[in-house]
Amino acid sequence: MNFDLLSKSSGEWLKGSGVESDIVISSRIRLARNLAGFPFPNRASNFQKAEIETLLKDRIQTLEFEQKFEYVSLTALNTLDRQFLVERQLISRELAANEGPRGVALGNLESLSLMVNEEDHLRLQVMRSGFSLESAWETINKLDDFLEKKVSYAFHEEFGYLTACPTNVGTGMRASVMLHLPALDFTKQIDKVFRALQRINLTHRGLYGEGSRFSGHFFQISNQVTLGKSENTILNEIYSVIPQIIDYERQARNAWKKDNGQILQDRISRAFGTLSSATMMTSDETMELLSYVRLGIHMKMIEDVDINTVNELFIQTQPAHLQKLMGSTLDGEERNTARAKFLRSKLRSSGSTPN
Amino acid sequence: MKCHKCSKVATMHITEIVSKDNVQECHFCEECAQKYLQEESFDKEVLEVNLELSSAKITENLASSTAVVCESCAMQFTDFRNSGRLGCPHDYTVFHDELLPYLENIHGETKHCGKFPTRYGANKDIQKEIDLLRKQLQVVIEKEKYEEAASIRDKIRFLDNQ
Repeated sequence: MNFDLLSKSSGEWLKGSGVESDIVISSRIRLARNLAGFPFPNRASNFQKAEIETLLKDRIQTLEFEQKFEYVSLTALNTLDRQFLVERQLISRELAANEGPRGVALGNLESLSLMVNEEDHLRLQVMRSGFSLESAWETINKLDDFLEKKVSYAFHEEFGYLTACPTNVGTGMRASVMLHLPALDFTKQIDKVFRALQRINLTHRGLYGEGSRFSGHFFQISNQVTLGKSENTILNEIYSVIPQIIDYERQARNAWKKDNGQILQDRISRAFGTLSSATMMTSDETMELLSYVRLGIHMKMIEDVDINTVNELFIQTQPAHLQKLMGSTLDGEERNTARAKFLRSKLRSSGSTPN
Repeated sequence: MKCHKCSKVATMHITEIVSKDNVQECHFCEECAQKYLQEESFDKEVLEVNLELSSAKITENLASSTAVVCESCAMQFTDFRNSGRLGCPHDYTVFHDELLPYLENIHGETKHCGKFPTRYGANKDIQKEIDLLRKQLQVVIEKEKYEEAASIRDKIRFLDNQ
């Protein structure tokens, strides 16, 4: 697989298309599955992991599914390429950091990825742009059915699909929706939303999942419970709450514009100004400023900046992507200089702020 | 998930960093969380006691289960308590009773009611047989009896393709 080529596009999750895409970035579902008769990866020897990998790789590649998969072994990748896949959300940080035989099978549309020997033997993941859990479930459920015809899953009549960690047992399903909530975050109403979510057993995470920091005002909302509820019930619970959050965010944006329009305009214009003229930029600052520019575009407070350019920049300015695009490995300071230069060239050609 | 202090549903989740290697997760209902946050020093001791109390059932079960070892992956229940991860699918059967309070705590439920594999019914016996054969395979490989291993492997492949 040519990662250099991939780095030039934004991938499925930041395409910025789909339903409610001004606020909902992407929808994602993952299923945790294990093979019967093998120890879980944390307790498997490298010999056993290799056996699991060979078996799954073979079954996945010969699957008569609507997409073909290409298997990439993690042990064959250097640190930069691993980081690259993490940034694209095609693999987890855990898979990148684990040891021993492991890998990922990537669908040719970059919306499907099947991780082998992560915390569980198999983690199926499907991603969609915008608010589209239903279509994501349809795809992953079908893929799961196809796979199940080829391998024996570890399944328990009482506990459902068995997983290494009991927090995933049952459906093995984690459904999440990534939201861009700058107004709720800025006006400090976000904690209220999180508390309400917790009351209905939904949880929130940062951009890169469990334990990751909140960056660029991106938040992932997902189910906490996997046992005792059907997949449809879980999906419906998320489905019913997301429109409310979208509504709160829209209200907060409008109130912000109405009460402090000048301040908001200034903040957005400054963000754009800094991004298109600074000579050194950290990854964190870039995320923060791009977030305001993204908000500005959707609130029509900034003109002539292409939303796709901005969505792409969120991912292209991440460390591994940047180094891929520059074609060389760069240390921290070199990266900051290269990032600023890249941002200038991308944004100067595409935008101006209204007077 | 239930509150660590009373039996209400936990809605507040607090991560307490005691030291670099000791991170404690506490789950409370709104009322108890307020108390916890306000009376910090006093409450931490109470909490520790209560964390133990809330997992009293777990500890009780532990006492009787320390000797039990999974015949498939050689895991003991204490290993799970330390790592939070189980060793193999069979552990769910071996430590069935010990796991119930954990599952109740995490999910508020203990019975799966989602998707079943479509070939589950027909598959059950085959799965058991494959399990058994895989164990035999490990044994003969360790004894370096490769011809036997090859024949067991072929049997597994045959069953797997059923």
